[in-house]
Amino acid sequence: MGLIEKGLMPKPLTQLLNYSRKYSLWMFQWGLACCAIEMGAALASPRYDMMRLGVIPFPASPRQSDLVVISGTVTDKMAPAIRRLYEQMPDPKYVISMGACANCGGPYWDSYSVTKGVDQIIPVDIYIPGCPPRPEALLQAVVMLQERIQNEGIGNDELAQRWRGEKITVA
Amino acid sequence: MSTTGTPAAGSTSPDFTIDPGSMRHLAQAQVNVELDTGDMILNLGPQHPATHGTLRLVVRLDGERVISADPIIGYMHRGYEKITEFRTYPQVTTLINRIDWLSSFANEVPFVSAAEKLMDIEAPPRAQYIRTILTELSRIATFLLFLGEMGLQVGALTPAFYGFRDREHILNLIESATGGRFHPNFNRIGGLKDDLPWGWLAEARSAMQVVFDACDTFENLVLGNEIFAARCKGIGIIPAKLGVAYGVSGSNLRASGVDWDLRRDGDPYLVYPELDFKVWTHPDGDSFSRYFVRLQETRESARMVLQCLDAIPAGPVMTKVPLIIKVPAGEVWVENENPLGQMGYYVVSKGGTGPFRVKIRSASFSNISILPWLLQGVYVPDVVTILAGLYFILGDIDR
Repeated sequence: MGLIEKGLMPKPLTQLLNYSRKYSLWMFQWGLACCAIEMGAALASPRYDMMRLGVIPFPASPRQSDLVVISGTVTDKMAPAIRRLYEQMPDPKYVISMGACANCGGPYWDSYSVTKGVDQIIPVDIYIPGCPPRPEALLQAVVMLQERIQNEGIGNDELAQRWRGEKITVA
Repeated sequence: MSTTGTPAAGSTSPDFTIDPGSMRHLAQAQVNVELDTGDMILNLGPQHPATHGTLRLVVRLDGERVISADPIIGYMHRGYEKITEFRTYPQVTTLINRIDWLSSFANEVPFVSAAEKLMDIEAPPRAQYIRTILTELSRIATFLLFLGEMGLQVGALTPAFYGFRDREHILNLIESATGGRFHPNFNRIGGLKDDLPWGWLAEARSAMQVVFDACDTFENLVLGNEIFAARCKGIGIIPAKLGVAYGVSGSNLRASGVDWDLRRDGDPYLVYPELDFKVWTHPDGDSFSRYFVRLQETRESARMVLQCLDAIPAGPVMTKVPLIIKVPAGEVWVENENPLGQMGYYVVSKGGTGPFRVKIRSASFSNISILPWLLQGVYVPDVVTILAGLYFILGDIDR
């Protein structure tokens, strides 16, 4: 659509597109450490059942996903792989950093092999504190992300300015 | 059509003529010659669902058959042994919770008992019982996840949901007792942080019934499944002698027919000498028998918890320890039977508030050291089965 490229989207159409975008988030699971099990509980356990929020957790590759959840400790050895797979994702893409390790290094803040925060490598939308966070916290993060997507403009200029917004922390 | 070669000037090669009748045979010969396709190198991981996290396997393939497999570890190396040198003893328990993140409580016990041995104190009997109960609960939680996950890896999605569902009952128990769903950090040197909450014992009894039911479900749904048996029987056989030589321990070794369990055969710890339990083994040593052994051990753990619930004495849960813990100089080696196998800590103390050096012997590291041998000559789908059957945790490998 030529309108999108020019950044001239009528508001109702923007809302409609955002509405459909936020309820079909294809989520790439980057299970790294302890948090991966809690993420698995949020996805697979009938008690939490994340799919009811419109999150589809089984993309075969990052090329098919909109959202990546970095759950666990990012080590310096792992960091290049994370950057590479993030760059394979198509725009617009969103990142949830789950757990203290991914946020800032967590209990390994003085370790020689741990990257102190995944936001040094890739831009992060939502931070979830906790070691590990409960599955409910991950659900809350997804709901907050959906709110943000609903209020986004989808013209070119607006998308370019997406990273100037406030970062969200699940509290 | 006849072709006559025209040799270049100075060349010594003779003229040659090809009879058209022989061309057909030549063509047939071309077909019959087996094409040498070369080996294909397949990179499994570091981000791959079958590797339980971040194990990277470089697999050389000839068609569907694995020629060699190289596990590349270190993607989850967090430097535990170095960090412990900068932490005090109570702080170290926070860290070592996260080595084997599925059975956090079981990780704490050997380290805390190592410190207690150096200080020459002992936790009161009630604390010992509660430690045993929580260790077995974390074993159940670990194995329930395995029982579901193994089904998932061979292509059945339903067991994974069941595993996560029933595991929540155990996590509820751990959370109500310790405050942490995942990483309890409940052990203190000389006892426990708190006593059990009111009504916990009755809750635990009813949760054990859930575990027995879950085991029955898995036995019918997965172990009795024809497809599962076809995928797992005779796959990834570890001979007993070779397993011992590689340092494989825990359920993986017992599934190879080695009757060795540190809870029974090792240095007596917690209240295991007073409990009546059976050590399950299986003579086959394949992925199927590993599933069988873990299933039976889950039941056995639930029985142990019930025994402890009946016998738990009243009394304090903490001995008198100084406010600032200083451990006298000395060296001690403590090993326990963790859900994944033999886990030990070699603690060297120089009399300070923190350890001078801690050597961590984790089960998964030795368990996967057999992988290059085990994966030779198997087919690609069996790689996933073998990885799932060995059941390692990446934090336990890389530390």
